[in-house]
Amino acid sequence: MKTRTVWILGMAAFLLSIAVISLPVSAAPPTGNVIGPQGHGKGGRIDDRKDPLTNQLRALRKEAIIAKEHSKEPLDAAVFYMDIRTHGKEFEKYYWRARDEFGVRFIRSRVHTIDAVPGTDDVAIRYLKEDGTLETEHFDMLVLSNGFEVSPKVLELAKTLGVEVNANKFADTSSFTPVSTSRPGIYVCGAFQGPKDIPQSVMEASAAAAASSELLSPARFSLARKKPVFEERDVSLETPRIGVFVCHCGINIASVVDVEAVRDYAKTLPYVEFVENSLFACSQDTQELIKERIKEHNLNRVVVASCTPRTHEPTFQETIKEAGLNKYLFQMANIRDQGSWVHANVPEAATQRAKDQVRMAVASASLQTPLQEFDLPVTKAGLVIGGGVAGMEAALGLAGQGYKATLVEKKDFLGGHALKLNQTWNGEVVKPYVEELIKKVNDNPLVEVFLNAEVTDVDGFVGNFKSLVSQQGREIEVEHGAAIIAMGGHSYKPTEYLYKDNPRVFLSLEMDQALREKNPMVTGAKCAAFIQCVGSREPERPYCSRVCCTHSVESAVNLKEINPDMDVYILYRDLRTYGLRENLYKEAREKGVIFIRFDLENKPQVAQNAKGELTVTVRDHILGIPVNLHPDVLTLASAIIVKDQEKLAKLFKVPLTNDGFFLEAHMKLRPVDFATDGVFVAGLAHYPKPMDEAIAQAKAAAARAAVVLAQDAIRAGGVVAQIDAAACSGCQACVGVCPFGAINYKEREDVCEVNQALCKGCGTCAANCPSECITLFGFSHKQIYTQVDEALAELEAMEEAAG
Amino acid sequence: MAEKEFEPKIIGFFCNWCTYAGADLAGVSRLQYPPNIRVIRVMCSGTVSPHHVLRAFQKGADGVLIGGCHIGDCHYLRGNFMTIKRMRFLQDLLKFTGCEAGRLHLEWISAAEGPKFAETVRNFTEKIKKLGPSRLKLAARAA
Repeated sequence: MKTRTVWILGMAAFLLSIAVISLPVSAAPPTGNVIGPQGHGKGGRIDDRKDPLTNQLRALRKEAIIAKEHSKEPLDAAVFYMDIRTHGKEFEKYYWRARDEFGVRFIRSRVHTIDAVPGTDDVAIRYLKEDGTLETEHFDMLVLSNGFEVSPKVLELAKTLGVEVNANKFADTSSFTPVSTSRPGIYVCGAFQGPKDIPQSVMEASAAAAASSELLSPARFSLARKKPVFEERDVSLETPRIGVFVCHCGINIASVVDVEAVRDYAKTLPYVEFVENSLFACSQDTQELIKERIKEHNLNRVVVASCTPRTHEPTFQETIKEAGLNKYLFQMANIRDQGSWVHANVPEAATQRAKDQVRMAVASASLQTPLQEFDLPVTKAGLVIGGGVAGMEAALGLAGQGYKATLVEKKDFLGGHALKLNQTWNGEVVKPYVEELIKKVNDNPLVEVFLNAEVTDVDGFVGNFKSLVSQQGREIEVEHGAAIIAMGGHSYKPTEYLYKDNPRVFLSLEMDQALREKNPMVTGAKCAAFIQCVGSREPERPYCSRVCCTHSVESAVNLKEINPDMDVYILYRDLRTYGLRENLYKEAREKGVIFIRFDLENKPQVAQNAKGELTVTVRDHILGIPVNLHPDVLTLASAIIVKDQEKLAKLFKVPLTNDGFFLEAHMKLRPVDFATDGVFVAGLAHYPKPMDEAIAQAKAAAARAAVVLAQDAIRAGGVVAQIDAAACSGCQACVGVCPFGAINYKEREDVCEVNQALCKGCGTCAANCPSECITLFGFSHKQIYTQVDEALAELEAMEEAAG
Repeated sequence: MAEKEFEPKIIGFFCNWCTYAGADLAGVSRLQYPPNIRVIRVMCSGTVSPHHVLRAFQKGADGVLIGGCHIGDCHYLRGNFMTIKRMRFLQDLLKFTGCEAGRLHLEWISAAEGPKFAETVRNFTEKIKKLGPSRLKLAARAA
């Protein structure tokens, strides 16, 4: 029997959500397996347009994929939807994977009826297929994806606080101040501002923090108490006493790896004095527990076998520091991201690998000695690259918090693409806002603007950057502690649909201009058409440009207001007027805008006759036959792309995604940070977004940068290289290979020396030294050799020896 | 006792900023690859010295995989330039010792390339499986 689960998008007010699988926040449902009532389940979702709040499709697709993963038998998963709204960064690709790789069935249909199947627990779903035929399918399980609604308690709170709500009962905010409520001093972020996903919520949270910080900056630290400095225990004379903590991570690790076996195995390893397993090693309780165990058992090194050190090493290092240990006396064994998650079908081998990686980590930890850090001063200033809305808001955000901001803009004017926009999605006029913003920037004593300028060199590191700004021939050195990249985006220039070949074909911003200038070709048009997804959601650019559906619908409404008799068509693939923008979509339909759907395989054709008149041919999705439209003006909603970003990416040593956008440290948890400390990102350069989101992200970046700038000192040292002068022959091979010029040759002593303030800890020098006399702390030669030995040690031999 | 299928032992040296992150992404994406690999995390592919690699072969590794940032993208600017130089030299040296070509492999895998990571490990494991146990290991055992 095959498991068939159905997810249904959205829902009517009277349908209760019976989502069996919990909403995704973490990697997977915390407990339990997917068990269909009688075997397998099929999931479906109903999207109900009655409720203008569209839910996030991503959630349910993820549930579909995870359900398929968890189910031991083949699981048929079907998703019923009206529009697929994967407009988030990297979400479109995830949708393609769900469909193509995992075989999740996506059925575009508004489900008509759901009946119980008598005598079973199954549901029968009756729906109309796209070709009009009626279909009935039985499913074992049905998951309803419900929309977001503000809870009565929150509404009460809003009333108490004097915070106004809009017609949809969400906090009333302006596009230009997305985190400010109607009450000054009270800010809003997350779902109460409007339905949104995690990355957006996190960004808004930081933005709200920035806004608060601007208000409170004069009082910074006035009520602060210093964090107690934890006495560090001197372990140099002690033999290693290692504690190993093995994590279940809910079922993420435990469902594949035999955690208890790994724990018991760890006990047999040399120097291991204590072992324990826990459900979530990173939880607050377990952190406290680890500290207790360190004291109870007099441990002087800790190994945690769980997820990746790239996210959680700092957490555990803080914990052991609070227990009196030098934070470097810590190792992690990655048995989840590089263990249970990637060897899910071979649990025995995954457990074996976990044991081996733990053995390696323990051996390396036993050789680890405490490492010292030292303090460097912080330049309390920021550098913002890009003078568009995001850049300006970021600069003002920094200045508002009391920090000097240098704003570098390539062109000879501030304002960027916002100057080409008429209004935001909810009708707010952009021009006055941008003009006001430019004035604020120019008038602010803490903001220095360089027009016709580019950043040509970046030296230093977080807290201590020295960058070179090149302005019309002269070079200006700027010292700053943090940088915010807000270099913006551009419209993709299509090579199809007669763009550039015919003056009646516009890009979205060109249409805005035409509307602004009251171009008679547009205002006098009898028929207007829009084509969506031009250049987006295609193999060369497999991402959604997020703003275009809303922009086109908005322009369509404008056209209808200019002339209600104008025929206005929007040719689309999925209508992504997400969140509260759904109201705009409704308005457009009520005003008579006609929406025709096409798919990637059957794109519209655009032709022109001798007089330059256009014919747009598209296969109407309801009639099933091609339809000819004769628009007087055709607008192409083309993709948003980034240009010239590689140079800047290299200068700051930050990565780009495959689509060319800047790649943040973590999409959900750190949406404006880079893995490189002290550098942040905001605006289109990160991903296409509308103005309110760009402003929120800019403020968020300013907040995050302020975390660096607010400190009086940056710690350096730790993982750095050291030369054993006694063994050094002065050959200077290391001096040549150091990418940072951090090694000096001391002529008198005829040895080399590492400047540990400049050393970045790459270890290239250590690998080069013919005498092997350079040690990269934390990754010494001995530690690497030991890990190699342990990785290849015969397990049986070790178990025998351990007895 | 039944003849067990040869399961190679592979050592991976992966740089923290790119390949190790790519490996984590492969995990988050639930991409699957064979469990024959044991990973040693290093800060840069330039941290890996030829001696580390030789030690791995000496101790019985059937294959060694080095992963780093793409040229031009090294988190430490030029660390991976050294990696190329060293690995080229090592390939020659290994050939000289009688080790079959292909047991040492260098691949640039970025933090965004989860699928590439999984594919690289899959392909490499398969290749080493076909090559069989490392001659260096067998020779050492016979001695």
